[in-house]
Amino acid sequence: MTVTESKPRYKYVGTRPVRHDGLEKVTGRARFAADLNLSGQLHGIVVRSPHAHARIVSIDTSKAEAMDGVKAVITGDDFPAVDPSNRNYDMCVNIMARHKVFYEGHAVAAVAASTRDQARAAAAAIEVAYEVLPAAMTIDEALAPGAPVLHDHMMTKGADPPATEPSNVSDITRFAAGDLDAGFAEADLVIEREYTTKPVHQGYIEPHACVADTGQDGHTTIWCSSQGHFNVRSSSAAMLGWENTRIRVIPAEIGGGFGGKTTIYLEPLAVALSAKAGRPVKMVMTRDEVFRATGPAPGTKLKVKLGARRDGTLVAGDAYLIYSGGAYAGSGGLLGAMTVFESYNIANFGVESLNVVVNTARSAAYRAPAAPLTAFAIETMLDEIATELGIDALDLRLANAVAEGDPSTMGFPFARIGFTECLEAVRDHPHYSAPLGPNQGRGLAAGYWFNIGESSSATVNLNEDGTATVVTGSPDIGGSRASMALMAAEELGIDPLDIRPVVGDTEAVGFTDVTEGSRATFATGMAVVEACRTMVAELRGRAAKMMGTDIDDIDWVDGQAVYTGSDGDKAPLSVAAICAKAKRTGGPLTATGSLEAHGAGPGFAVHLCDVEVDPETGVVRVVRYTASQDAGTAIHPSYVEGQIQGGVAQGVGWALNEEYIYDSDGVMENPGFLDYRVPVASDLPMIDAVIVEVPNPAHPYGVRGVGETGIVPPIPAVANAINDATGCRLRNLPMSPVRVLEAITANGGSDG
Amino acid sequence: MLSAMKYASPTTVAEAVDLLGAEPDARVYAGATDLIPQIRAGRPEPAVMVDLKRIERLCAIARRGSTYTVGAATPTADICAHDGLAAAFPGLVEASGLIGSDQIQSRSSWGGNLANASPAADTPPSLIVNEARAVIAGPAGERTVAASAVATGPGATSLSGGEFIVEFELDEPPARTADAYLRLIPRTEMDIAVVGAAARITLDAAGTVAAAAVALGAVAPTVVRVPDAEVALIGRRPSGDALVAVEAAAAAAANPIDDKRGTAAYRRQVAGVLARRAVAIAAERASQPGEQS
Repeated sequence: MTVTESKPRYKYVGTRPVRHDGLEKVTGRARFAADLNLSGQLHGIVVRSPHAHARIVSIDTSKAEAMDGVKAVITGDDFPAVDPSNRNYDMCVNIMARHKVFYEGHAVAAVAASTRDQARAAAAAIEVAYEVLPAAMTIDEALAPGAPVLHDHMMTKGADPPATEPSNVSDITRFAAGDLDAGFAEADLVIEREYTTKPVHQGYIEPHACVADTGQDGHTTIWCSSQGHFNVRSSSAAMLGWENTRIRVIPAEIGGGFGGKTTIYLEPLAVALSAKAGRPVKMVMTRDEVFRATGPAPGTKLKVKLGARRDGTLVAGDAYLIYSGGAYAGSGGLLGAMTVFESYNIANFGVESLNVVVNTARSAAYRAPAAPLTAFAIETMLDEIATELGIDALDLRLANAVAEGDPSTMGFPFARIGFTECLEAVRDHPHYSAPLGPNQGRGLAAGYWFNIGESSSATVNLNEDGTATVVTGSPDIGGSRASMALMAAEELGIDPLDIRPVVGDTEAVGFTDVTEGSRATFATGMAVVEACRTMVAELRGRAAKMMGTDIDDIDWVDGQAVYTGSDGDKAPLSVAAICAKAKRTGGPLTATGSLEAHGAGPGFAVHLCDVEVDPETGVVRVVRYTASQDAGTAIHPSYVEGQIQGGVAQGVGWALNEEYIYDSDGVMENPGFLDYRVPVASDLPMIDAVIVEVPNPAHPYGVRGVGETGIVPPIPAVANAINDATGCRLRNLPMSPVRVLEAITANGGSDG
Repeated sequence: MLSAMKYASPTTVAEAVDLLGAEPDARVYAGATDLIPQIRAGRPEPAVMVDLKRIERLCAIARRGSTYTVGAATPTADICAHDGLAAAFPGLVEASGLIGSDQIQSRSSWGGNLANASPAADTPPSLIVNEARAVIAGPAGERTVAASAVATGPGATSLSGGEFIVEFELDEPPARTADAYLRLIPRTEMDIAVVGAAARITLDAAGTVAAAAVALGAVAPTVVRVPDAEVALIGRRPSGDALVAVEAAAAAAANPIDDKRGTAAYRRQVAGVLARRAVAIAAERASQPGEQS
């Protein structure tokens, strides 16, 4: 179902052709990173710390080096020394520890051997002596007086007064507007609540994998799965101390990333092993390694206070947010501060947020980083306020929702946004008034994500037969190739299936930032449109030559060059006709577009969730789910729906069951999908995705990113639904059967 | 690593016994749905993997007189598709169908499920309430023991060196008898029981409980029988106070631990709930004529 404002009529944009990469993927032919094998390749295995926090006393690789089939062994000493003042310091020492390990699973050495078994045996023979240090596994432990300090150089940025001693707080962010005290004084109702959440993994199905082939000329080629191969190049170069030109990165298909593949773990190790061995080296993580050593989203502790007038107007908000970034400084605090009050007009607010380091794997981005957790707090508190004031929960949000011209947290006015329209779409949906069964409850929640622009490049090549190739530098993590083809089709007037959208390697297309921030269809789409418009100008010129007239007399209409001059009738020329004569009119037809995209339209979503709670076991089943989201313009509606549904699925898992569990030594206890419970298909109903289209004025087709917003509302939607079903307010994640039953039977309606 | 191991696929019980006698570091497997993940997780590899699925007797379902024999390696998918078993032991068959996914169902077996000796295994509580017997082959020939006597603790069994389970024997239940199995998992499938509860109820002609068996999984090192629940049921209608007593008895009989899958307190409470529900379902089935074969 699509709710559409008046918008231009498009021929291809908004249609649903089969994606270009679809058949290869469903038949198993698509090549993911682990599918590649080079002649003579070795297998690389990483040696990982068994301790959560320890000093590396010594590493003895001699036994491993003498073993059968072993061709190379590396440790941190094989990479250039790196100083904490270097902006790549955290990444470099996370990829391979130097002197200290900061979490169980931290890489300390790597080995390449002829077979994987030989490499494993050699890895087991590397002797690492550790001096085990006390670990700080949680925010509370990291902030406790006398807590073990992870990094001697960590002086809290933004501390007031300035920090004089190192601590586990990497930085503090503060935002404020209005007068907080006056705001709360004005409020008829003030509530203050605290929340805790655990680290969760992105749960991509494909483990990290790469193959690196380093030649004697000192150049290397990396095949890998990532959300941005230019970033793999620059990050690997930084770690190796090489120039970018020595590294070519060829993107493989990606089996899920969700933010977790915006950083790297294996590639510089594979390059260094390959350089040392003189052979290609393949590295593939096990699932266990993926859980122990790659980016979870941060755990949090949040405290939020809201004040409202009797009529429901929000007048004051105060938030104290703590995000654990794992072993190194994270960015959750800043993003949490930017999102916590962003969706509603609150004249007086203050936010203070902390990024804290703990002895767990370094956190990485996860779909709308930080926002699902601030939404958990705000959207459940709004429900409490609505109940307390006797106002309908949706009306309360409508009354306070930000709209065009309202100030954001950072003070900038919002451009045209579709929050109100998303609320109305849910209110008007049959789900909103459908009856509930026994033990069922319904929850409403909204969500917001900024979306971003960044750098993108595209090349459009017209082929001799009038078909086209569109090359971009954006790995396709959610159907973006289909979107590129549709926008190019609309511009050029070529059927989208006659356009081949290609993800080019680092030497085949201009620089392009990581596919993150829901930016591919927005920003890279803009580069494609720019390239196509340059191409159309060229095509008009070529047509003018063919017709013997001036370019100003040629219009581009429905994919044809149409003569508009007064010198009689001239037959229109199709792309194919112009391509056929290209050799005689100026040679190959190629055009590029490169830009730094601005004006990524914020994305809003409103979700409605029905749950059924077994009051005797605490088991929660999601029985109906409707999700509205403003896509600006849905270029390929099926993949917009897919993004919404995927965000809901991950958000429901986060709400109900997903969490990192550590034993008393800081060793992860559930590093596999059996006990790290992402939802399975039968855990979810069909998710009804309602696309709202409020075009983004900054994009030629009105696109807003859609990849992330969908994961923001599910946690509070589920929590509000559980409260509706049971009368219990759960403020700690996950809302597992154990917690829900405790709340129902033991704690008088809360989870303590 | 799964690379250096040898593989053997005997076609008779005697051949398998000989193979196991010849190689002390051999391990039998039926579906290997537990064994392979365990090796991948770092458990030492056996020198020889002995595949039992090629032995006809281990994959056969038969009825001799009033006794069913079910080969220990019979895929649970075959068990679930067997009308006779489904009618006689609906709870046991449901428990069998809960193991893993459709793909796993084509490999998983009662023998493997019992001999792997996971406290959380789904079929042992149901095998036990149905008084299943395990026929065990080994160097000293064959012996038959109660299914309840096989697992002795997490990962530990009473099978001695060279022994393996050949088949299970299940007697046709008396009239007005049925069983049920329920488990608690946080997901809807592809999960491991946090608590499992099996019950078998025999009613007399008046609808009073004549015989009862209740067993719990995942709440102790091995399956726990709940005799107090059985005593509370016999001679009473399976409703009201009798069910309240079942719940209390099951919660009291549970001896769980705190672990990553749940707390002890949660398991104890839910053991009572599931036992009560399983008894109610079994009694309801027992009261339906035509449910039995």
